Amino acid sequence: MIVPAEFYLILATILFFIGVFGFFTRRNLISLLVSTELMLNAVDINFAVFNAYSHPEQLEGFFFTMFGIGIAAAETAVAIAIIINVFRNVKSIHIKNLRNLKH
Amino acid sequence: MNYSQFFAMLPEITLLAVFVTIFIFDLLATGRYRRIFHTLTILLMTAQIAICLKEVSTEQTLFGGMYYSNSMIAFMKSMLTFGALLVVLQAHRWLSTSHSYYKQGEFYVLLLSTLVGMYFMISARHFLLLFLGMELASLPLACLVAFDKYRHNSAEAGIKYILTSMFSSAIMLYGISFLYGTAGTLYFDDMATYITGSPMQTLAMVMFFAGLGFKISLVPFHLWTADSYQGAPTIVTAYLSVISKGAAVFTLFIILTKVFAPMTDEWQTMLYIVTVASITIANLFAIKQKNLKRFMAFSSISQAGYIMLAVISGTAQGMSAMVFYVMVYIVANLAIFGIIEALEKHYDNVELEHSHLNALYRSNPRLAFLMTLALFSLAGIPPFAGFFSKFFVFMSAFDAGFWVLVFIALINTVISLYYYLLIVKAMYITPNETPIPHIKCDSFTRISLGFCLMGIILLGICSFVYINIDRMAF
Repeated sequence: MIVPAEFYLILATILFFIGVFGFFTRRNLISLLVSTELMLNAVDINFAVFNAYSHPEQLEGFFFTMFGIGIAAAETAVAIAIIINVFRNVKSIHIKNLRNLKH
Repeated sequence: MNYSQFFAMLPEITLLAVFVTIFIFDLLATGRYRRIFHTLTILLMTAQIAICLKEVSTEQTLFGGMYYSNSMIAFMKSMLTFGALLVVLQAHRWLSTSHSYYKQGEFYVLLLSTLVGMYFMISARHFLLLFLGMELASLPLACLVAFDKYRHNSAEAGIKYILTSMFSSAIMLYGISFLYGTAGTLYFDDMATYITGSPMQTLAMVMFFAGLGFKISLVPFHLWTADSYQGAPTIVTAYLSVISKGAAVFTLFIILTKVFAPMTDEWQTMLYIVTVASITIANLFAIKQKNLKRFMAFSSISQAGYIMLAVISGTAQGMSAMVFYVMVYIVANLAIFGIIEALEKHYDNVELEHSHLNALYRSNPRLAFLMTLALFSLAGIPPFAGFFSKFFVFMSAFDAGFWVLVFIALINTVISLYYYLLIVKAMYITPNETPIPHIKCDSFTRISLGFCLMGIILLGICSFVYINIDRMAF
């Protein structure tokens, strides 16, 4: 039996909005990073599903997924590096300590 | 396999060559060779501008339509490189200070890799290439924003920039995935035939716009701007405010007119609201800013709103007005940031505020004069280039039928005049017994400020500049 495409799309939507929710409610930089990763993964699922179910004759969606995973990894690497730098300066990665820049 | 197509995209290849040369030079050069590093970078970038300008006469489509270049795109590339060159020229003092001289090479390499990303962004005719270009342009920028490793504000600005950037690019990708689902292709040209304006495509377009709106810092997506601009090193703020914004605006224009052409009514309504919001809200916030860089951040949000007036028309006239506006904006804004950077020499680790500029003209008459011209140009006062760029932008929106929008923008120009003149007043009228002592700029900064001054005065008066741009549009 074949799982209908809608199931995957609903999964991706739920995953995406868990990420959005986490981004707005979490107070720890690492959790924020994890939330954005969830959003990017939801996008990858979307591309793969659309490719497999709607346009199986070409592989553009899968290619996009692979590049998306690569870029997400690069983004995480840069973000982690900056988070480490924040930790060295502030001795904490909680958002409440990042309040210098506001007026 | 045939590699000739790679060599056909000359500007990207040569810029990569410059990138690799500087990278290897940074690894190998020692002692006295390092002293010519700055000059070498400047020379290589000048050569790069010449190569881009040479490409202006060619038009080509490569890799089955993924990459497209014509005279307008080549001109835009040379303009972005020129802006980056001005930024590098101004960076000399900052790069010679004790806490960043050993990172000199890293600065050039990161800057050039963002430039490669922007090249691909504006040449892309395929969403994958566009996405890769955008990420290549924004990831190294995050490193640049957090470049001052031991300064709290720089790290804070960096993390704010990278997280919001990831968030917005995830939203943009979600939009692209829906576009792919409905159209089954990622090529701009093919996709345009499948765009019908169905609800799913409208949703996709709005999400896609959110991603680019973040880079242009339009109002609902502007919250990172003030913080990142304030915390980043001044040189990086200058780069962030003009070059990366210019590339993103150009990309937005191309995608709205090429891919979303059948949905013109929808995106014009959307842009209408966003434009009014960015101009008005940014103006109101700019009035009460005391910190100079924060003030310039809100000023740049409102300028982005004015550029949107050209985008909203979606015509060839709009495109030439937009490119001209970006060009004038580059010289005027870089003049101001160059002066801020020069003044910061006397205030190590103190962020400049309006009150620091009091009576600046007594000790630094030339810097104060150039700053006044640049502010007049940003506000749009007649003899300077800013007036003409605003005029063309208003013209294009007016011809497309957005009279009310032009009227709102005109009222906002008056408001913006008020807060730009606050700085002029501080420099010339407010009495101050102890103004900033006389500052001797290094020769690189002088050259860069000289270019900016020439641009501010000449770009508007020399009408052939605009006429030539107009001839290249579309």
